[in-house]
Amino acid sequence: MEPIIIEGTPKTPTVRFDAGDGVFEIKGRSIPENSVEFYKPLVDWLDTYKDAPLPKTVVNIRLEYFNTSSSKCILDVFKKLEAIHKAKNEVEVNWYYEEDDEDMLEAGEDYESIIRVPFKMVEIEE
Amino acid sequence: MSFNVENYFSDLSDRDIILFYKGNVDSDVINHILDTVEDKMVSISEQPKLRKKVYNVLVESLQNLYHHVDRVPDEFEDQTSEKFGLLVVKKVNGGYKITTGNFINTANIEKLEEKIKRINRSSHEEIKELYKFILNHQRISAKGGGGLGLVDIVRKTGNKLVYEFKKYNEKYSFFYLNILVTEEV
Repeated sequence: MEPIIIEGTPKTPTVRFDAGDGVFEIKGRSIPENSVEFYKPLVDWLDTYKDAPLPKTVVNIRLEYFNTSSSKCILDVFKKLEAIHKAKNEVEVNWYYEEDDEDMLEAGEDYESIIRVPFKMVEIEE
Repeated sequence: MSFNVENYFSDLSDRDIILFYKGNVDSDVINHILDTVEDKMVSISEQPKLRKKVYNVLVESLQNLYHHVDRVPDEFEDQTSEKFGLLVVKKVNGGYKITTGNFINTANIEKLEEKIKRINRSSHEEIKELYKFILNHQRISAKGGGGLGLVDIVRKTGNKLVYEFKKYNEKYSFFYLNILVTEEV
């Protein structure tokens, strides 16, 4: 599978999905007006990956800002990961937040309560 | 008939106003406004926690305009803006006040007001639950909105939405929304 590598912009995050090492990353800002357009290729890619995933997949989400329209798309990403986990593969989500950013921590906890995948909340010291 | 969208503000020349904008709200305008306000907050060394909240609320406010404004009435002075909106960002004691304005069809007022009233009478815990419910159950609309913007704003600020509908004519009103972003929630 070809990896997805996308450079970040002021409104869209840096993305690195590599089926070779099973480490997936989304980081930066995710505030586009049309988030579906940005996330659909990622969700489609995961849909293919889930048919033959590695025994362990690690997902690092390190967002500085995300808008509510991205929040639904990020949930779609997590739903694909949940399907991989449900099929008896190891999946781990690391949700990063800056130490004073309670809003970002709470956002991670929202997903943790909706999605049945192990989450780890990781505080970043400024 | 004269209708001036700025008449709502008594003090637009106030030096505490860090941004005033009226006109078309497209993607480039949103980028520019976000950069301007962020740079301003950095330049006055605003504390990161408040800065992030203001930025988040600005993103949602501007994208609410982008996704939801109704078109301007035929007689309105600005006929070139497809998505006409108004934004004022003002430094106030303990935080920032963000005001947006946009035209709304009279027929759409009731639904919007119901939504705001529902949000305003919810406790912080109820808002968190409402956010999660909409996140998990509602699809992104044809207009591109997720239906979460106002809920997110109230969740992040902890403050009620203060709003007003000013009648323009029989078919249109101008909707003002005031959001206070303060340091402590």
